[in-house]
Amino acid sequence: MDDFLAARSQMALSLGFHIIYACIGMVMPFFMAVSHFKWLKTNNEVYKNLTKAWSKGVAIFFATGAVSGTMLSFELGLLWPNFMEHAGPIFGMPFSLEGTAFFIEAIALGFFLYGWDKLNKWFHWFTGVVVGVSGLASGILVVAANAWMNSPAGFDYVDGKYINIDPIAAMFNKAWFTQALHMCLAAFTATGFAVAGVHALMILRKQNQDFHYKAFKIAAVFATIGALLQPISGDISAKDVAQRQPAKLAAMEALYKTEKPAPLLIGGIVNEKKKEVNYAIEIPGALSFLAHGDFNAEVKGLDKIPENEHPPVAITHYAFQLMVGIGSFLVLLSLMYFFVLWRNKSVLNKRWLLKIFVFAIPLGYIALEAGWVVTEVGRQPWIIYGIMRTKDAVTPMPGIAWSFYLFTAIYASLSVIVIALLYRQIKMVPTLYSGSIKSPTTKAN
Amino acid sequence: MDIVIITFLCAAILLYFLLGGADFGAGIIELFTSSKNRSKTRKTMYHAIGPVWEANHMWLIIAIVILFVAFPKIYTTMSVYLHIPLAIMLIGIIARGTAFVFRHYDAVKDQMQEVYNKIFIYSSFITPLFLGIIAGSLISGKIDNRADNFADAYVFGWLNWFSVAVGLFTVALCGFLAAIYLIGESKEAEDKKRFIKKAEFMNVAAVLFGAMVFGSAYLEEVPLVDWVLKNPVGLASIVLASLSLILLWYLLIKGKTKILRLLAGFQVTMILVAISFAHFPNFIRLKNGDAISLYETIAPIKTVNTLGWALLLGSVLILPFLGYLFYKFQQKEE
Ligand code: HDD
Ligand code: HEM
Ligand code: HEM
Repeated sequence: MDDFLAARSQMALSLGFHIIYACIGMVMPFFMAVSHFKWLKTNNEVYKNLTKAWSKGVAIFFATGAVSGTMLSFELGLLWPNFMEHAGPIFGMPFSLEGTAFFIEAIALGFFLYGWDKLNKWFHWFTGVVVGVSGLASGILVVAANAWMNSPAGFDYVDGKYINIDPIAAMFNKAWFTQALHMCLAAFTATGFAVAGVHALMILRKQNQDFHYKAFKIAAVFATIGALLQPISGDISAKDVAQRQPAKLAAMEALYKTEKPAPLLIGGIVNEKKKEVNYAIEIPGALSFLAHGDFNAEVKGLDKIPENEHPPVAITHYAFQLMVGIGSFLVLLSLMYFFVLWRNKSVLNKRWLLKIFVFAIPLGYIALEAGWVVTEVGRQPWIIYGIMRTKDAVTPMPGIAWSFYLFTAIYASLSVIVIALLYRQIKMVPTLYSGSIKSPTTKAN
Repeated sequence: MDIVIITFLCAAILLYFLLGGADFGAGIIELFTSSKNRSKTRKTMYHAIGPVWEANHMWLIIAIVILFVAFPKIYTTMSVYLHIPLAIMLIGIIARGTAFVFRHYDAVKDQMQEVYNKIFIYSSFITPLFLGIIAGSLISGKIDNRADNFADAYVFGWLNWFSVAVGLFTVALCGFLAAIYLIGESKEAEDKKRFIKKAEFMNVAAVLFGAMVFGSAYLEEVPLVDWVLKNPVGLASIVLASLSLILLWYLLIKGKTKILRLLAGFQVTMILVAISFAHFPNFIRLKNGDAISLYETIAPIKTVNTLGWALLLGSVLILPFLGYLFYKFQQKEE
């Protein structure tokens, strides 16, 4: 494996790993806060146990998220020193604010995890909310930094020099809002479905039904609302991409030729050599509408873009299809869920629906990773769009492939351990919280 | 604003050394504790550092963010020429952080506990060792940015007697800080005695490795003696550190915990000042005699100003909250 490819793979791997933990760390505190709030209001022990059970999961994820994040802040330099030397002072603003947000998050987490029975109960609850809010803020800030790479702003690039730097303008670049909105919704959707699915599985197995049903309902509300909003936000993103990065949009849709009106492709196999897509279903004019809000608008294809600025088309296209496909499926699932709720208010005996929720456990995260592949691979060959090429940013040190293998091994073993730990946590629920076992037919509202 | 940022950078490094260091030290002490006392030591330790543990490690992130936003040249030079030790240190951080949490939150306590323990203990040793090696390399003048082969450019910059001696010295200091900290946390007289013993042991180790740092500095032609003896501030701080050593042993024997902590913190601070003041603001010394200075490589003014304000604002939000955290969990429970 050559060093450049190894560096890119290592970056992608580390971010792909971190993002899962980060999203859980930023969403779970909200679930906990809801459950905690219900406990304080109703004095129902089940909610207290649920909050505690969740908080153990969060502690595990938070630690993994924190170490992988620490890793990333070094890795940006270890792998892309040339990029950081110029970009650091420009897009560093969100990172420095993010530092504050993390710090507050870490402190609040200390209070929350160790504060049971030691703090005023509402202050204790509040520290849990602070964990969530500051986690969300970190997520938004770091995505603003990434958005800057897609839509550079806040400096002038003259004769290879970066002058007139304005970090605030850089932070509020054109892409930050659409990306941050979409990202936050994705975090809630993905984590919501994952958590709801795990609890649905336990309900199907008839373990601690009351406990798991309460958990399921909290997670499902966040998941379904997120899923319903996601396509709207995705549409805003697509229009935005069409404006600022036509090459990325063309790659997402594998649009080799400029067309007016342009069709939307569903499925299909990309042939990068021949520059064509086979076996796809075409919806005439739909792409024109998605990209520009007009069924007859012209959409720029890759033929209008110099060959050496083409992103990898196949990867971007497949990843985009995967994300949108999963997104649509989750919308359907959410609608079904609301329909059932509206008809008879309980999904406890709708086993088929619970089974679909179990099936959906990994889907949100797959869509989330796919979305990032669209954004990042679709930006290639640029690391700073239109300004610096990724290959000019990579470290001069040879042998990065070894580092990539090593970190792959580390991340793989960490994932195995974390999954094993969660499995054990869930398995222990009946013993740890035995007070909450109720007969399976109890209807909980 | 330059001053504000540099102050924050130094403060973050110092605090990471003191708080994160004590935290590493807890693992180092476990390493040097006989297996029959380990589980007890571990309990006291978890109790003491559990709540503040995430916060202690934030200082490293703050320092690194300040470096890459305001001193990108320093950040990238380190990243390129010290890639290998940085990567090892990162692996240590990953292993340690996860093992610590996993062993506590594993719902089933079985033989995995031993695995977590092993990982935790050894990474607690490796991580500060490499932190020290990195710090030593920055000032050793061995980093060769003109080298034309792999070994000179990426290995010998950090693999030399001086850097390794600084690494070992760092390990001993961390162990020392942790032992002093834990004396105050232990509730039983017997525990207390054990930690006093450990503190004495680590202190002796630190003095020995300190001597080794000077010896290797002489061998490797690092002008350490000049920095410490010919510079008034360097001299004053090393004298203060040595004098306080006497007081420290006295207090150790008496078992006065509160002042001991302050004194140990003071000592380590003085050592850091002694080593770094004389070549301030040079942050990295290169083999060809050049140096990369904080002032000369600072980012453009607007970046510096916004970063400065962000840091000031951040500390207004953070410090009271953090203080309350330490205060709340310091109170002895019955
Ligand atoms: C649960 C995850 C999830 C789901 C269901 C969707 N997305 Fe998404 N998408 C993401 C998770 C995501 C993401 C991982 O969060 C990305 C990567 C970067 C970003 O800002 O969001 C993303 C990026 C992203 C981009 C690129 C933005 C850019 O490069 O700036 C577009 C155009 C869309 N999405 C469009 C959609 C559409 C039309 C969806 C319709 C259903 C959709 N996404 C569902
Ligand atoms: C889109 C990508 C990212 C998102 C949404 C994100 C979000 C988050 C969140 C929410 C946390 C809190 C940890 C938790 O609650 O588990 C976190 C931790 C962290 N992230 Fe990221 N992050 C992203 C990428 C990055 C990048 C690129 C860097 C580095 C340059 C980074 C550096 C860190 C650091 C240092 C931490 C640890 C802080 C701590 O100890 O709490 N993150 N991230
Ligand atoms: C969590 C979400 C993210 C994921 C899953 C992700 C994924 C990826 C992928 C797949 C690549 C490789 C692209 C290629 O080789 O074609 C990449 C590259 C990169 N990403 Fe991201 N990314 C994320 C967020 C971020 C953020 C928040 C930043 C910085 C602020 C960032 C900075 C970079 C850099 C510097 C590279 C290397 C240069 C490049 O290939 O463009 N990424 N990332």
